[in-house]
Amino acid sequence: MTAKPELMGDPNKDTVWVEHVALIDRIPRWLAMLALAVIVIGIWDLATARMNWVSPIILPSPGETLDDLIFVGKNLVTGGYMLDALWTTTRTVFWAFLIAASVGFSLGVLVGETKFGERAVMPYLVAIDTMPKVAFAPLFIAWLGFDIASKVALAAFIATFPIIVSTAAGFYAASENERMLFKAMGASRWQTLIRLKLPTGLPYIFTGLKIASVGVMAGAITGEFLGGGKGFGALIRESASMLDTPRVFSLILYLSLLGLALFFLVAWVQRRLVFWNKADRPGGVG
Amino acid sequence: MTMAEPRPLTASPAAPTRPVYEIARLSKTYARNMLTALTDVNLTLHKGEFVSVVGSSGCGKSTLLKIMAGLMPPTTGRVVLEGKPVTGPRADIGMMFQQATLLPWKTTVENIVLPIEIREGRAAAKAAHPRALELLKLVGLGDFANVYPGELSGGMAQRASICRMLIANPAVLLLDEPFSALDELTRDFMNMELQRICAEQQSTAFLVTHSLAEAVILSDRILVMKPRPGRIVEEIVIDLPRPRTLEMINTPRFGQIVAHIRDLLGKEAFQ
Ligand SMILES: Nc1ncnc2c1ncn2[C@@H]1O[C@H](COP(=O)(O)OP(=O)(O)OP(=O)(O)O)[C@@H](O)[C@H]1O
Ligand SMILES: [Mg+2]
Repeated sequence: MTAKPELMGDPNKDTVWVEHVALIDRIPRWLAMLALAVIVIGIWDLATARMNWVSPIILPSPGETLDDLIFVGKNLVTGGYMLDALWTTTRTVFWAFLIAASVGFSLGVLVGETKFGERAVMPYLVAIDTMPKVAFAPLFIAWLGFDIASKVALAAFIATFPIIVSTAAGFYAASENERMLFKAMGASRWQTLIRLKLPTGLPYIFTGLKIASVGVMAGAITGEFLGGGKGFGALIRESASMLDTPRVFSLILYLSLLGLALFFLVAWVQRRLVFWNKADRPGGVG
Repeated sequence: MTMAEPRPLTASPAAPTRPVYEIARLSKTYARNMLTALTDVNLTLHKGEFVSVVGSSGCGKSTLLKIMAGLMPPTTGRVVLEGKPVTGPRADIGMMFQQATLLPWKTTVENIVLPIEIREGRAAAKAAHPRALELLKLVGLGDFANVYPGELSGGMAQRASICRMLIANPAVLLLDEPFSALDELTRDFMNMELQRICAEQQSTAFLVTHSLAEAVILSDRILVMKPRPGRIVEEIVIDLPRPRTLEMINTPRFGQIVAHIRDLLGKEAFQ
């Protein structure tokens, strides 16, 4: 057997290792995402517009969807009836989120801070949380009517629980050492709550708020499906019942922008407020 | 600069200065499990003295320290600091824990004045900043006053927590294994720092530790505890001259003392 001397390693020379980075590892993320989108849309186009494998009623072609996106976009920008619907849903989501955040936070503090809350209130909350909360929708409609109040109630009801749980967990999060430090400094219960437990719990609370921002969207749309009204959910249901699938697609897309906006608003506030918790943000201090 | 001069080799514990902390006939039984953690503990800390307590795990060291800090009431006994019985946490008690426990949302200097902020409010805390900066210089952290703790190393964080302990000029320092979370080299260095700081501040200090070498190198006296029930079985006067250096670990006298304590504790106590 003959091997190349440089591969055998000449003991008098330094060995040089050359690491090869696979091509796939060198593709930037945006390019990878774009490539995937092109592939998926390509197959989608092939299956609908080109080959007619799928009926347009079941799945519209990318072209039709784009046309409709532009149509709905124009309607929104020019202040058409769809903008009114979006505004209705936005208001529902806004109020529901506000109610969920304040009720969830208060109950979370009660459960996390007091023995009474932990022993007496928590078991009931757990019991309610395990129920399918959407099942309460007819009740809310019966109580509050077909206006936005019943949708706000359902959305807030769904979104409250993650905030309760994360707030309570956040108030538990201060370590034994930190509690002892505050005790040794003679801190009152209130001081310990405000100066230690609240800041320590903020990252947890924001995790709950993010989950709630998703839940509140789902709750508002479910409410509009079941209880009618003038929101985006009603528009989606109407379009679907008329088999206007491209419209359903583009409405969902615009709706997801609303959800994203709420989510990133929460994330932005978190970055401002919890500036010290850099673990989940390699970006730097906000 | 007041460096402590070498003490006579056979300093008797009663001789030095006025008593600061006095404990007599102290016992503690945890009501929860009727476990007697401490029984008939008697000790006196004198002004400027450094006393350590060693003993196997679970012999009641932390219990003793928590009672001395006013974090927990004893079952019976006298616990008196500066002539006043200890009935709860007090401003003239400085404490340091195994973890630095700096609040990550406060800068180093804000962390150091935290005890003042809690006791006397924000204005008083603000007014204490110059003193905090002085202390930071004392521990060699002068340039890190406005940095958040996330950017401090473990040793730096513990030095900052020394400053927090000293900010209110406490009459006694209570240290519960303060450097045991640090690596050995940093720990040796921090022990020498602690000796220097205590000498400069003429502090009265009480240290709980698992390390015999650490206890011997730092202390004027070592109290040896035994468990079930926790009690002090012997008091050893460390007659090594001051200031102590790390080289003293290699002296025969040092070896003798460590061997003696290890003997007392029995083999099962330390592995
Ligand atoms: N809150 C408590 N309730 C009941 N028993 C306790 C409590 N805290 C400690 N004990 C018991 O009291 C004894 C002494 O505990 P302590 O924590 O003082 O020991 P220690 O000497 O500090 O141990 P270590 O070296 O492991 O830190 C142990 O047997 C422990 O189980
Ligand atoms: Mg302990």
